[in-house]
Amino acid sequence: MDFQLDDDQRALRDGMRDLLERRFPRTRLRTVVDGHGDTAPLDRALWRELGTAGFFALRLPEAAGGVGLGLPEAVLAMEEAGRTLLPGPLVATQLAAGLGAGNTVEGSAEVAAANAVEGAAEGAAVVTALDLGPGADRLVEHLASADAVLVLSGEDAEVLPAAALADPARPIRSVDPATPLHRVHPAFEAVAGTGAVGAAARLRREAALLTAAQQLGSASRTVRMAVDHATARTQFGRPIGAFQAVQHLCARMLVRAESARSVVYAAAVTEEARDIAAAKLLADEAAVHNARDCLQVHGGMGFTWEADVHLHLKRAWVRAGQWQTAAAAEEELAAGLLLTGETGL
Amino acid sequence: MDLAFTQDEEDFRHGLRAWLADVLPTLPDRPDPADWPARRAYDCGWQRMLYDAGYAGLHWPKDAGGRGATPTQHLIFLEETERAGAPYVGANFVGLLHAGPTIAAEGTPAQRARWLPPILRGDQVWCQGFSEPDAGSDLASLRTRAERDGDSYVVSGSKIWTSHAEVADWCELLVRTTPMGPGTPKHRGITWLALPMDAPGVTVRPLRTLAGTAEFAEVFLDEVRVPVDHRIGAENDGWRVTMVTLSFERGTAFVGEVIACRRVLEALARTAKANGRWDDPVLRRRLGRIAAACAALWRLTQWNVSEAQRTGGVPGVGGSVFKLRFSEVRQELYEAAAEVLGPDALDAGHEWVADRLSSLSYTIAAGTSQIQRNIVAERILGLPKGR
Ligand SMILES: Cc1cc2nc3c(=O)[nH]c(=O)nc-3n(C[C@H](O)[C@H](O)[C@H](O)COP(=O)(O)OP(=O)(O)OC[C@H]3O[C@@H](n4cnc5c(N)ncnc54)[C@H](O)[C@@H]3O)c2cc1C
Repeated sequence: MDFQLDDDQRALRDGMRDLLERRFPRTRLRTVVDGHGDTAPLDRALWRELGTAGFFALRLPEAAGGVGLGLPEAVLAMEEAGRTLLPGPLVATQLAAGLGAGNTVEGSAEVAAANAVEGAAEGAAVVTALDLGPGADRLVEHLASADAVLVLSGEDAEVLPAAALADPARPIRSVDPATPLHRVHPAFEAVAGTGAVGAAARLRREAALLTAAQQLGSASRTVRMAVDHATARTQFGRPIGAFQAVQHLCARMLVRAESARSVVYAAAVTEEARDIAAAKLLADEAAVHNARDCLQVHGGMGFTWEADVHLHLKRAWVRAGQWQTAAAAEEELAAGLLLTGETGL
Repeated sequence: MDLAFTQDEEDFRHGLRAWLADVLPTLPDRPDPADWPARRAYDCGWQRMLYDAGYAGLHWPKDAGGRGATPTQHLIFLEETERAGAPYVGANFVGLLHAGPTIAAEGTPAQRARWLPPILRGDQVWCQGFSEPDAGSDLASLRTRAERDGDSYVVSGSKIWTSHAEVADWCELLVRTTPMGPGTPKHRGITWLALPMDAPGVTVRPLRTLAGTAEFAEVFLDEVRVPVDHRIGAENDGWRVTMVTLSFERGTAFVGEVIACRRVLEALARTAKANGRWDDPVLRRRLGRIAAACAALWRLTQWNVSEAQRTGGVPGVGGSVFKLRFSEVRQELYEAAAEVLGPDALDAGHEWVADRLSSLSYTIAAGTSQIQRNIVAERILGLPKGR
């Protein structure tokens, strides 16, 4: 066993961090947030640059023009995206890029889609997602910026042109100013076409895990923000980080983030449904609660629009509602306790 | 222990109920929450109606223009107005709950006559200029300077997080009149001034909250002249004067909101029943627990009010206990609301989502929960003072 990042994985993570520091610095995030209300369009140039860097084709075989890496690497890249609150349907576009023929795992029961989603792998197309499964929230992010929608219904996955949702989808006033949301009418159903048969369950699992990775990135970022503020801010003649009440807030944040990290990374290796459930559950919790505690550590400043804390909280709320929710993850994990077999850790 | 009301108290309640039933239908539509001038006009209009009906400053002493009602009557007033869906104090919060009571307790007869009637009539709105960029939890380290020049103070410095400063006529301002130094502990050199917000040298810059609205502001003070007769209490005695105010704030200031919590909780249960989430036992039990928490806040309030009635004094230690618990319960309530709302919890247009965002400030404003716990530990439990 060697449950640590290897050199290539560290290089990939650092490379992604560098790219985002250059191309999506804080000032860019603030332009998105302060400039457009909740209808911020996606930055297509940045999307394409992510494509060029291999972000969307990360898991495609090299033979198909991809990078030939696996879920652990995808998780590391998504974590970096989550850290900077990079907006957009990153997960859906990456999954859509892998839908074409030639990408199905050997021996799986899936029948690949007739065609790959044009341009998804290169970052030329923006693909968002809609889950029509039971209990799913029927919200679609960034619909107005999207070219296509990955629709999961029943056991299959379809890719529809974004225009197909023009009628059944209505915008809501998204709580996250960098993630515009549409709600899709409950009566809407996808028509079976040339999509990937039997792929929905796998896509949902991967989407949950990759979303968890973004939550993990946000959760670690807010630990840093809280610690930095607690070190810099002085009250009563000392840094507020010298007060145990503040220290304990920060320490609990770190515990949440590192617990989430360990299950997220492990789930990326095992790809087991229950590992993924634990990963999504703990990463959602870490992202939401860490943002809350970070806000508390910032005092009045944390309640302002100008500070970035609220952006982490709001994005964490959005991501927590996507794919596997806490309730579904808890049920899945509880059900696992009753399965016979060896102790299932 | 007796939870029944006296005949007088019941009579008072019935009179109030009848009046509310008459006047509430005549109120104009509620203003847009982002439109502060409209909010001010609305809140002041309501205050004027209370004044005309004899309900303004109910619990203030008679010599301060109040009706000298008992704490229990005041509680009944807050309970009934909230139950009837009457407007909240809103822009008059500081005037009625901090600045007014401070002037009533510490002002001269001339000062009371000058400032209290316009507060009670809803003619003048006050804001609270305590916090500074470098003096939040450590309020006593505030640095806004006031230099004596003849019969005026010349005030320079800046305040921050000043709620509804844009629409205020007056500001209860804490300034430093004696510099901190070896012989002067920080809380000794502070003075309480009534600052007219339209005085030359006052600049208000609204700040945006995380909900996207402008609830509070920065207030810059550049050599603002404030007459010495605008000082409440003695020079350098402002810290003590202020503590009277703050204990008022933590006493009955949030009674209406406890009832509002209960009302929202009931609405959550009805919404959950309608949208199917009620079938989830985890959610049902969560709402049940919050019901118990609301009950505790309400009983705690009654206990504190009865205590104040017996001792005749300002609310005691119960204030910090209440403030701590109320802030948390309010946040728990809106977390549960998000669960009930499901996907609608991401719709900022929903009333409960806006309230969820604003509930995030409860553990920070008016003394953070960490500071409140320090107070409970040190002043109530008598534990040794931390570093
Ligand atoms: C919505 C809102 C409205 C407000 N309205 C007004 C107003 O009208 N007028 C006004 O004057 N002020 C107002 N305030 C300011 C409010 O009183 C301060 O924000 C509060 O006192 C905290 O100060 P701070 O923001 O400087 O945070 P800080 O004091 O910097 O605190 C940062 C963190 O450190 C912690 N901390 C600090 N000291 C200690 C300690 N000794 N032990 C343990 N933990 C500690 C705090 O709990 C917090 O988590 C308002 C604030 C808000 C959010």
